[in-house]
Amino acid sequence: MRLNKILSAISSIGAGLTCGLVGTSALASSSTPWQKSFQPAVTTVMEDIVEFHDLLLVIITLTTIFVLILLLYTMWRFSAKRNPIPSKTTHHATLEMVWTIVPVIILVVIAVPSFKLLYKADVVPKADMTVKAIGNQWYWQYEYPDHGKFGFAANMIPDNELAKFGKDNNIKNPKRLLETDTEVVVPVNTTIRVQVTANDVLHAWAMPAFGVKIDAVPGRLNQTWFNANKEGTYYGQCSELCGVNHGFMPIKVKVVSKAAFAAWVTEQRKAAGLLPMTTERRDVAKLNNSAR
Amino acid sequence: MSDAATSHGHDNHTPTGWRRYVYSTNHKDIGTMYLIFAIIAGIIGSGMSVVFRMELAEPGNQILGGDNHMFNVLITAHGLIMIFFMVMPAMIGGFGNWIVPLMIGAPDMAFPRMNNISFWLLIPSFALLLASPFVAGVSETQTGVGGGWTLYAPLSGKVAQPGPAVDLAIFALHLAGASSILGAANFITTILNMRTPGMTLHKMPLFVWSILVTAFLLLLSLPVLAGAITMLLTDRNFGTTFFNPAGGGDPILFQHLFWFFGHPEVYILILPGFGIVSQVVSTFSRKPVFGYLGMAYAMVSIGVVGFIVWAHHMYTVGLDVDTKAYFTAATMVIAVPTGIKIFSWIATMWGGSIEFKTPMLWAIGFIFLFTVGGVTGVVLANAGVDAALHDTYYVVAHFHYVLSLGAVFAIFSGFYYWLPKMCGREYSEFLGKLHFWVTFIGVNIVFFPQHFLGLAGMPRRIPDYPDAYAGWNAISSYGSYISAFGVLIFLFMLFKTFSSGAKVGNNPWGEGANTLEWTLSSPPPFHSFDELPKIK
Repeated sequence: MRLNKILSAISSIGAGLTCGLVGTSALASSSTPWQKSFQPAVTTVMEDIVEFHDLLLVIITLTTIFVLILLLYTMWRFSAKRNPIPSKTTHHATLEMVWTIVPVIILVVIAVPSFKLLYKADVVPKADMTVKAIGNQWYWQYEYPDHGKFGFAANMIPDNELAKFGKDNNIKNPKRLLETDTEVVVPVNTTIRVQVTANDVLHAWAMPAFGVKIDAVPGRLNQTWFNANKEGTYYGQCSELCGVNHGFMPIKVKVVSKAAFAAWVTEQRKAAGLLPMTTERRDVAKLNNSAR
Repeated sequence: MSDAATSHGHDNHTPTGWRRYVYSTNHKDIGTMYLIFAIIAGIIGSGMSVVFRMELAEPGNQILGGDNHMFNVLITAHGLIMIFFMVMPAMIGGFGNWIVPLMIGAPDMAFPRMNNISFWLLIPSFALLLASPFVAGVSETQTGVGGGWTLYAPLSGKVAQPGPAVDLAIFALHLAGASSILGAANFITTILNMRTPGMTLHKMPLFVWSILVTAFLLLLSLPVLAGAITMLLTDRNFGTTFFNPAGGGDPILFQHLFWFFGHPEVYILILPGFGIVSQVVSTFSRKPVFGYLGMAYAMVSIGVVGFIVWAHHMYTVGLDVDTKAYFTAATMVIAVPTGIKIFSWIATMWGGSIEFKTPMLWAIGFIFLFTVGGVTGVVLANAGVDAALHDTYYVVAHFHYVLSLGAVFAIFSGFYYWLPKMCGREYSEFLGKLHFWVTFIGVNIVFFPQHFLGLAGMPRRIPDYPDAYAGWNAISSYGSYISAFGVLIFLFMLFKTFSSGAKVGNNPWGEGANTLEWTLSSPPPFHSFDELPKIK
């Protein structure tokens, strides 16, 4: 979109001037300095959100510019100096009809793709596997019910341990407030159902690059889904105020190849004292049934 | 009746000293007290925002020293204070009380004593809220309410916040709610029964219309809040489990009840502003309001539709997809009457003879900034996109554009518009305009970058953020300091007005100001109308 290009051109100049460019690794996706729009999409849902938002951005920008120009012109043309005798017009039926009906038409134009996106994002398709996320004050617990019910907690790496964590795990620029000691590992190009609940207060499991955000509610099992199409490490943060350390329970998801995922599952199962899932490598899509 | 009672009627009966205010049954004195209250609360509330903007100015711990609970206490108090103790008292209690009876030619409000209790309930209410940071909250050492102004259960429950701070906040809201309900009943009665002969509903100034619609919203929505927080109170203290799933309750029930109040509440905050802006735009364009009936019924329809869109605050709680589709559609409908208002204001200016006095600058600023906040509202109305934006700074930017830049600009517009009427003195146009420009620049620097932060995914209500968000946060914080400087200019302007402002006549604004309050002296006499004014 031309508007976006102009905006990003302006801002990249700003970013270049104001701060040194921070290189982002191709395999990690999180926010970048002076970012003005969404993080790069790695699911079709997020791609649709970005596309729909682009449409909205054009509509709202044009609307705002239209109102601004109208205001400025009116202020200039009808200032007391330029127009000493005010008119007495107080009605104009056609005009009033127009500014009622045109917005309705614009809203209909918005509503059609909006509903399409909503139903696509919200209705969970047939999932290949399930990950369960449980919010706690102030960390996330994860379970893999389809793979033998092993689970683990993911705690944020505090600032003073970040350098060591980066060195130990071979991460060049560990991200402050976003890195966790364990991470959710999922296979690429696989439809993953995420079931979300909470043990104490409300939390929200959010992953901007996936276009996913769902509240973790005690006593409720919410679900959402994603199908990441690019391997990499993705970051999100708890998105519902959950108390003192609300800002410090990040979400880290590692999208890996199906083979690497199977190997990871085997490793996790071994650590949990379970037998390996299978002796041979199998398609993850079939894993879920055999696991039960 | 004794002789004393008879002679009483001839007495001018102007109480003096502290009795004049504490025992006041006079709508103008009560309105003045409301305005002073709102200014004080506004200084406290915006002071808090400067403190947490200082904390957020750079990544890592700044001035709060890592006390993340204190951060939550500040944002909670900022929200509650600005809504319940600044915008509502200023618009409804202040301008509503002062101006509505004058505009409709009524001698006073319908229930003057009830008016008194409406105001004086706010004082203990505010005191309770301000006391809450000094009692135990999350723990003995972490004092105050840290659950956000929405008080969502279970975070506001006994387990997460066992201390009495939340109970104090609940009582504060009970009192503020009772105060507003009484005020609303008073306004409805006054406006429906005490209009001067000839002033039909369709001849009422739009500010009166806006207060009438607002009063109905208050009357219908606040009892629901009262119910919700009472249930929260019994959950906390008497073992009920309305919001506790372990006892068959549901945390989402609280959100439904809260937002059934909360969404009309945001229109309560903005509708009187619509009314003020209509009066100001018409006055300084020297032209009657364009499309008067459309303007009045746009407010009525915003009020009605405002009751059936509440769950758009809850798109991520796990609502059914069809429910989300309904709330998306219903929410977008609100853009239509809002558009009618924006275009009608511009059409009022069109063909007019516009004078850019301070109130008009604030009103034009309102029209533009409210448009910006309105269009991001249309974005957020879409449940599909909301998955990416919910609980991010995009939402913070949106509602501050409609409130901090919308409602507050309307308040200042009304304040400068009626200040000569209320105190009988001229304010300094230079200081008023300086105040406007500093505030306009400041608040835009605060809130425009927050759109970017939200799109980039920064969650709201976090005391520290990943380093990537540092740039826009720093800019936002600088804007906050500029806005704070604007508040100082405002206070200086007030001081100058009262110390050396020139006296003004009945109507300083000229032929454009043709509502009844401008037929009276400035300030108006203690008892406004000796004879009922006639409307042709």
